[in-house]
Amino acid sequence: MNTKSMIGFAVSLSLAMVAVPSQAGDSGKDLDAKTAMIVKRDFRDKGIAKATRVNQDELQAACSKYVDKLPKKLKAKLEDKEAEAIKWPADGKFMGDWKAGEKLAQSGKGMTWKDKEEDPRGGNCYNCHQLSATEIAYGTIGPSLLHFGKERGYGEDIQRYAYARIYNAKAGNACANMPRFGHMGILTEAQMKDLVALLLDPESPVNK
Amino acid sequence: MNTNQIFKAVMVLALSGSLTAVAEEKAVTDSQRIEQYREMISDGNPAEFDEMRGEELWKTAGGPKNASLEKCDLGKGKGVVKGAYAEMPRYFKDTKKVQDLESRLLTCMTTLQGIPEEQITAKPFASDKKESDISSLTTYVVGQSKGMKMKVSTKHPKVKEAYEIGKRIFNYRAGPYDFACSTCHATSGVRIRMQDLPNMRSSKKDAQTAYTGWPAYRVSQGLTRSFQWRLNDCFRQQRFPEPKYASEATIALTTFLAVNANGAEYVGPGLKR
Repeated sequence: MNTKSMIGFAVSLSLAMVAVPSQAGDSGKDLDAKTAMIVKRDFRDKGIAKATRVNQDELQAACSKYVDKLPKKLKAKLEDKEAEAIKWPADGKFMGDWKAGEKLAQSGKGMTWKDKEEDPRGGNCYNCHQLSATEIAYGTIGPSLLHFGKERGYGEDIQRYAYARIYNAKAGNACANMPRFGHMGILTEAQMKDLVALLLDPESPVNK
Repeated sequence: MNTNQIFKAVMVLALSGSLTAVAEEKAVTDSQRIEQYREMISDGNPAEFDEMRGEELWKTAGGPKNASLEKCDLGKGKGVVKGAYAEMPRYFKDTKKVQDLESRLLTCMTTLQGIPEEQITAKPFASDKKESDISSLTTYVVGQSKGMKMKVSTKHPKVKEAYEIGKRIFNYRAGPYDFACSTCHATSGVRIRMQDLPNMRSSKKDAQTAYTGWPAYRVSQGLTRSFQWRLNDCFRQQRFPEPKYASEATIALTTFLAVNANGAEYVGPGLKR
């Protein structure tokens, strides 16, 4: 074995060790590639939902490949990257109007191929979370947020935390189920502030 | 008012009655309520009208070639409808493809009857305004597997591959909301609002119940919906673009879900809220 082939051997050995099989089997990589090809070919534009939506960003691709269980290093790297991209409110304030927040939380509308670009978008919150005690039709995919402020306090640090979580839940947990409402441009800054107020205004029904 | 509309009106009345009655008992959950009205009308699922329409279409000569579908091979030989759906998707030698029921019907309608494919796929789903032939045919064929055990074979390497690709599509996160099928359907015991969600990735029982109840009559829409429709509407809510009708992506995903339902009794066409 000459030097060159030894290096080649060492490189391929280390590559083999790094390549964690994602979705089982030796042919996993081929199947990943074939799946990507099929998905790109078999979805088409409909209304505002353009075919390009199936193109994954780095985070979506990684979470799909590892079925939401990322290797530690990659998880930390992706979370840092998402956190760095958070755009904080220019006025430094996080609190909006909880009443507007409650309305937003109730609505699951927006961004499907049946919706128009200009249609108001909802926060989808009750689809997955318990919030106000009076709303019993809440989903359970996410944790209960009832008494969010009452249990955690109403300070600016927690406001900042809530804003970041809504803006980009993936900054805290790379493969979280929750959409990245700010990062992906689903909600506006003002809307996200209204949701922070729903969670953290002492007068909000969430804290009653 | 035609028979279907009358039936629909009676159903809605019966349902709203039962819902009001049970709403007073707070302990009754939404899923129990749905189960209750399923039982109540199990003797007469309006999907039966669609089955009858589909059977008529199957047996009647039509299309440019003026042929019926009685020579259509759904995998168990020409014209054999009984039990065909419980073994689909499967590999077909003539097309060299894995096909679900709807893509196979598409093949038969184009080859035997000479109907142009685009004419069928332009509007493959029924609406209030217009019935869909391929959808009714689907309802008829699935009804002929009622009571049979789901038995989708993965022996053929192409079916095995479709299953693997389907699994990947199930976990494929994309779009503005980062959703995959798995976002909502890979955890047990969770719900969206009041709607219970089946865990189709890791609960055998959930996977079986969810799959074997489709196609189904949707009470809220007054229409019988095919499995391709079910997937289409899931992708809409996922904020994805539209999956092409009877495409390889939808067939692969269907293969994944159907194989996971193996062993269960097929009970469709079902009845959903």
